[in-house]
Amino acid sequence: MAERIVPFTIDGKKCEAPEGQNLVKAAEANGIKIPSLCYFEHIDPPLGTCRVCMVSGDGKYTAACTMKVKEGMNITVNDPALDDARKAMVEMMFAEGNHFCPACEKSGDCDLQGLGYQLGVSASRFPHLFLDKRIDYRPKRIIVDHNRCILCRRCVEEVKAEGKYPVFGYQERGVHTSVQVDYEKEARLTDAEAIQAMHICPVGAILVRGKSQPRPRGERKYDLQDAEAIIQQEPVAKPPIPGGHKKVIATTSLAGCFGCHMSLLDIDEGLLDVIELVEISKSPLTDFKKFDRRCDVGIIEGGCCNNENVEVLREFRANCDILVAIGECAIWGGLPAMRNFLPLEECLDEAYGHATSDVADGKVIPHDEDLPELLDRVYGCNEVVEIDYYIPGCPPDASHIWKVLKNILFGSDYSVIHSEFKYD
Amino acid sequence: MLDFTDHSPLLDLLWTAQDAHGYISDQDINEIANKLDLSAIDVEGVCSFYHFFHRQPAGKYTIYLNTSILSEINGMAEVQKAFESATGASWNSVDRTGLFGLFGTSCIGLSDQEPAALINFMPFTRLTPEKVSQIIGAIRQGIPVGQLADPVDNIVRYSPLDDRSVIFRELAPGKSLQKMSLLTPEEVIEEIRASQLHGMGGAFFPVAQKWESCRRQASSPKYLVCNADEGEPGTFKDRALMTRMPELLIEGMVLGGYAIGAAQGIIYLRAEYRYLLPRLEAAIATYRQMGWLGRDIPAKSPFHFDIRVQIGAGAYVCGEETALLESLMGKRGEPTTKVYFPVERGYLGLPTVVNNVETLATVARIVELGARHYRSLGTPASPGTRLLSVAGDCRYPGIYEIEWGLSVGELLELAGAEETAYLQISGPSGTGISAQEKHRRFCLEDLRCGGSVMIFNSKRDLLKILINFTAFFREESCGVCTPCRAGNFILSRKLDLIARGLGRSSDLGEIKQWGQLMALSSRCGLGKTAAGTLLQALEKFPVYFQKLVHDKGREKGFDLDRALDDYREAIELP
Repeated sequence: MAERIVPFTIDGKKCEAPEGQNLVKAAEANGIKIPSLCYFEHIDPPLGTCRVCMVSGDGKYTAACTMKVKEGMNITVNDPALDDARKAMVEMMFAEGNHFCPACEKSGDCDLQGLGYQLGVSASRFPHLFLDKRIDYRPKRIIVDHNRCILCRRCVEEVKAEGKYPVFGYQERGVHTSVQVDYEKEARLTDAEAIQAMHICPVGAILVRGKSQPRPRGERKYDLQDAEAIIQQEPVAKPPIPGGHKKVIATTSLAGCFGCHMSLLDIDEGLLDVIELVEISKSPLTDFKKFDRRCDVGIIEGGCCNNENVEVLREFRANCDILVAIGECAIWGGLPAMRNFLPLEECLDEAYGHATSDVADGKVIPHDEDLPELLDRVYGCNEVVEIDYYIPGCPPDASHIWKVLKNILFGSDYSVIHSEFKYD
Repeated sequence: MLDFTDHSPLLDLLWTAQDAHGYISDQDINEIANKLDLSAIDVEGVCSFYHFFHRQPAGKYTIYLNTSILSEINGMAEVQKAFESATGASWNSVDRTGLFGLFGTSCIGLSDQEPAALINFMPFTRLTPEKVSQIIGAIRQGIPVGQLADPVDNIVRYSPLDDRSVIFRELAPGKSLQKMSLLTPEEVIEEIRASQLHGMGGAFFPVAQKWESCRRQASSPKYLVCNADEGEPGTFKDRALMTRMPELLIEGMVLGGYAIGAAQGIIYLRAEYRYLLPRLEAAIATYRQMGWLGRDIPAKSPFHFDIRVQIGAGAYVCGEETALLESLMGKRGEPTTKVYFPVERGYLGLPTVVNNVETLATVARIVELGARHYRSLGTPASPGTRLLSVAGDCRYPGIYEIEWGLSVGELLELAGAEETAYLQISGPSGTGISAQEKHRRFCLEDLRCGGSVMIFNSKRDLLKILINFTAFFREESCGVCTPCRAGNFILSRKLDLIARGLGRSSDLGEIKQWGQLMALSSRCGLGKTAAGTLLQALEKFPVYFQKLVHDKGREKGFDLDRALDDYREAIELP
């Protein structure tokens, strides 16, 4: 029976597709890309697990991948609620897993990361869960990193030993759900099948030993030859200063690596122009140890890993009108937060117990009234004080930082282009 | 790929292993995998999905103390401590001798007799610390658990007078089937259509419509499945029905099978009701003897029908019909994306009708009493009666058969409830109403109650109730989709923050947004309704919630001393 081509609309636009065709595919054929992570054309029926492709059809919310084209259907893809819902799904995945992009083999070629940039995810609205997840090294050829798995279910459906036996399977339920490997069946996969499993995973959860990339793939900013050409900075234009008094900023790096401060300084000679517009109070740049006056803006790099960080952060909150958290560490903990799924005692044991030491009998954990005390985990700044703005990145691009700051301080127009936002 | 492969023996094979050794070993997993030609990972996946399957020894005597809100407000904490001290086992683990395993579990359908527990799946009700130590002491002396178990109360507190009841009235086994033998299957469907019967499990789908769609399907064989999973906390009406009048259920199934053209009926019975199995099987055996089950059942056309019982294994989500069918097929109880409805392709990919216990019992009564009589009860838009399981802060908890149209206030009076502040209708996935709303009526146009009514007086803390409900969904989420799996966990943590006095108004705003997000994006009814009660409560009780939060300055509720506990403890050690 011949396929019947039927009319329908997406966001008011007239479209046409064979009746019964999958909506995501039909939309694409009509030039409309509905974002999705788990939709793969050849998997039928579609998995419907990621919930990123939410649309509304004649008033009802559904996942587009589970819908079939019907004559006269009216689909809404873009409206504020749906756009936000999609972004929220991606943010939830970032909060649920432990995604440390700077250390990930798949960075630059990752569907989750790509979708994050595409949807403009900056700071996840959800608190990071820091659930303790394992990395499974036991299979013969593959390594499964559960910190990265978004439970799209694709590997479960597609990877079969001898064409028949599933190699991956869901275990447990609820928030403890994970994809585990049948070791006996995995051993029966051919090399090509194992590599295929790595390729079909949309994130970096499945890797094959020895087959990780010798060079980073994708077009990360710093992979490109002409790196210098990319980091060109606009000169900091001099807007008129109302009332003639300079704005005052303060900066600090709490549990950060100072990379964000380095990025701040990437404006190079532009700093000389900046000095004419703002004054810098307490900051590593000026080495002022105390607040000498009230500040308009406080820039925070790094999260809180000890009580001194908390004290400094609270001081900043009290002395600055606006606080800006820059970089992933300040936003949700970042790389130092890798210790969050280990009990503090284990970390201290590893550092001071199992390491070689000049102390004869066993470990001594440093403690002194002059030393800061460690917190049970690393906290993002907004768990301790209210933060007014976030600039994401690791580190954020210098242009991005300065555009935001100029907007906050002077109300300058603010538009960050994709290459400034995409910091990987 | 749609997978309707029949692995239905899997659940029972796992039960056999679990019952034999108290847990399911690696060897068991491999044997079962070989037997059914499955990957071991799939067998493990099914095993780890269900609450009552253990991969580590769970004790010779496995105690499941239920953690429902009604148990909590009736002294669960003291009972838990008593169990811990009497058994030597700490919560969610086994004591050193391996004799007792002590675990929490979601509502076990004994809300009118809380705190309640199951020990080796035998019921123990109205527990107190004294009773607990007596029970454990007796077990240690070797007295069989079955002997110690409590007879479960199935008190019917009220049913309409003057011949206006439907379920609780005189029962003469076989009466509806005698009528059936004079009707064609289509006539049976017509009678049900004329009665306007809607499903009683909570979804309220018109029964005749479902049966008719199934009947019209060309494929065969067809199946009639009874959803006896009754997992919604606070619901115990099906438990009472199956104990007092299993005959009605069986007759309803025979009628359903006849109407849709099925030869097999399956009762999916939740594991928490395992102690009802003897009663059910005895009733099934009786009906076989009477010739109403088996081959050549008296009817207008050749009709063979039999019933088997499948025991579940502990998962609230299996009350959702597509998840139930997955479970029946020997898989994880994950709801499907409804590419096909069960009436088109259900159990084993064949046309299947899934109906609630009470729906089927009502079917039998409708055929017996006639649709016209049924329509004369209740209200024009909501004819008939329905069962409510009422419990909580009231003098007369138990089963109430009410005519549709009864008001909440009238029910509260019948139940002897005083100083009522809050009611939860249809369980945590339903609606929360305040006592101000007692003019509202139980009917399809207003309060569509799926059976559970939990009553809370003014001494109860609403936040504690909401925390309990959110924890329930967090535990019971199937885990397939992000908004429900992560969302319920995130909400749980947020409520915990507020309970510790660290919440701000912005936290309330976030709960509202995140709850709405879950309702929009979730893959199945569990995720879609999980935050519903929370959102309603925020709307209805703004003053209460404002008192729980504070907006002191620009600092967040960060407990520095608590965060330093671990370090301070670590440096204490010599």
